[in-house]
Amino acid sequence: MKILAVAEQRENKFKKPAFEVVHTARKIADQTGGEAIALVIGSQIQSMAAELGGYGAHRIIAVDEPRLEKYSSTAYSKVIAEIAKKEQASVVLIAATAMGKDCAPRAAVKLDAGIGSECIALKTEGSDITATRPVYGGKALTDIKINSAIKVFTLRPNVFASGDSSENKAEVEKAEIPLAESDFSSVTVETLQASEKLDVAEADIVVSGGRGLKAAENFKMVEELANTLGGAVGASRAVVDAGWRPHSEQVGQTGKTVSPTLYIAIAISGAIQHLAGMSSSKYIVAINKDKDAPIFQAADYGIVADAFEIVPALTRELKKITGK
Amino acid sequence: MKLAVCINHVPDTAAKINISADGKNIDKTGVNFVFNPYDEYAVEECLRLKEKNGGEVIAVSLGSDANKETLRKALAMGVDKAVLLKDDSPRDSFSVARALADYLKEISPDVIFFGKQSVDSDSAVVGVMVAEMLGLPSVSVAVKLEISNGSAVVEREIEGGKEKIRTSLPAVFTAQKGLNEPRYPSLKGIMAAKSKPIEEKIPAAVQPKVDVIALRKPASKSAGKIVGTDIGAVPELVRLLHEEAKVV
Ligand SMILES: Cc1cc2nc3c(=O)[nH]c(=O)nc-3n(C[C@H](O)[C@H](O)[C@H](O)COP(=O)(O)OP(=O)(O)OC[C@H]3O[C@@H](n4cnc5c(N)ncnc54)[C@H](O)[C@@H]3O)c2cc1C
Ligand SMILES: Nc1ncnc2c1ncn2[C@@H]1O[C@H](COP(=O)(O)O)[C@@H](O)[C@H]1O
Repeated sequence: MKILAVAEQRENKFKKPAFEVVHTARKIADQTGGEAIALVIGSQIQSMAAELGGYGAHRIIAVDEPRLEKYSSTAYSKVIAEIAKKEQASVVLIAATAMGKDCAPRAAVKLDAGIGSECIALKTEGSDITATRPVYGGKALTDIKINSAIKVFTLRPNVFASGDSSENKAEVEKAEIPLAESDFSSVTVETLQASEKLDVAEADIVVSGGRGLKAAENFKMVEELANTLGGAVGASRAVVDAGWRPHSEQVGQTGKTVSPTLYIAIAISGAIQHLAGMSSSKYIVAINKDKDAPIFQAADYGIVADAFEIVPALTRELKKITGK
Repeated sequence: MKLAVCINHVPDTAAKINISADGKNIDKTGVNFVFNPYDEYAVEECLRLKEKNGGEVIAVSLGSDANKETLRKALAMGVDKAVLLKDDSPRDSFSVARALADYLKEISPDVIFFGKQSVDSDSAVVGVMVAEMLGLPSVSVAVKLEISNGSAVVEREIEGGKEKIRTSLPAVFTAQKGLNEPRYPSLKGIMAAKSKPIEEKIPAAVQPKVDVIALRKPASKSAGKIVGTDIGAVPELVRLLHEEAKVV
């Protein structure tokens, strides 16, 4: 069985989800006696592609051409589908990032494949794969099987291990996919980077603040705690609606889905729509002065006290460990 | 300009979810169904495009008679025509997309809008799938849209920023929060919607590609440990994070 892992790059850099899909492909390959093939799409990406061998790719395919420098849903999905067909892959893994979620459904239709999106677990039995994905805002989980010949799964970032492997033998193979002008009917003309700030959806540690913080300027202590931990700042919708923080930081049903290793919720009540965005975090810490706040039901560790006292103290205490 | 918008009828995000006896669906008893939140942004954007460029807005929903409630609300917001693709059986994303694509092909709109995702299946795939089935370009998770001279420039949300996409028309877009502020139906709109017909069509049956093996509740976390109730708890919390959880 061949497993194709699409390793996303932006500005010729890989981010963690790329390694996670490659490593997951390798794990499935090991369980099924198959082959893990990493695919990199872009321009001038041949040399960077070699890095993927270190994450378990048996083979690495680079589709390298100038027009692919920036993301195009039509062109990228065509490349994915054409390579999957050429290699006769039976499974295609794509990270459930902004890019992956945009091109995966298109690639699936081209391959006449069923798709399981935002999977948080894949279980292999023989050549059979059962995927688990959260539904109803995380209030339920569903186990699904895809019955088409080719199966496409997008994997929620930060959930699957990216563990590196020491072997790094795979050579980068160059593949050509002929692309017509019409394959670029939609193209990225510009990337507007909000800032160099770490995005909540990508961070391994997220520190979020809620309405209980009372004012925009009080997020300073949230930022300090996040900086100390090397994490990103998140926010509840109440805070975003109040204009204290940008929507790009909103965690929850109408914001971003995050699953960091550590999520710290400060003065957030833990409404069901907030939980929808963060309940798959590995460890959850809640700081809230109301002992009955629902966030404590989701938390691993809680402190029932005033955030204005606890957060600065927590930052000081953590600095002793992180040395920052 | 012909505008089409696909809207889903879904459990209220605040609804408690219980699993039905077959272990594959939700138990709908007592569950309040609503207009899929993202689809409100999609409807609003179509109405604004119509107000600017003229034309008509057609709302489509696939599902049971219950979906008429949401279609009725779309009519009240101001869409010109509502169509129910009537099907009572559960469908996977692929077969939903196929049915919507079949209908949309018949009416060939210039702009087709979807929500970013249904808050029941949380798949976020149907819009882009329909685009591919119709051979049209698409931009998903749109937060800003400008249309001029047969092409569109769209901003979509990505990690750490936005990307600006240029696409030819006709095209498919999926709406994210932030695109606009959906209007409330006016009283006049609500009254007018009552007498507007909802056209019904029977979509072709499609073999699903995804089989649900089980729907289940997540293993409930044993309620967390309250480390303390004052500042004295901070060192202990840090110790737990460092030594027990090993996350800092
Ligand atoms: C369709 C829909 C979608 C939604 N999407 C989202 C979403 O994406 N994300 C989201 O977050 N919400 C979402 N919501 C809103 C959600 O229901 C809640 O209203 C929101 O999460 C509340 O934000 P909060 O916890 O910051 O505020 P509140 O609920 O007001 O909670 C404030 C908390 O702070 C505590 N507090 C106050 N002062 C202090 C102090 N000094 N120290 C410590 N604790 C203190 C209080 O005890 C309270 O628990 C959505 C709602 C709907 C209907
Ligand atoms: N049954 C349906 N009827 C009409 N539109 C739908 C239906 N299901 C999904 N959609 C549309 O597709 C979008 C994405 O849905 P999904 O891929 O299910 O998350 C929704 O926001 C709707 O615009």
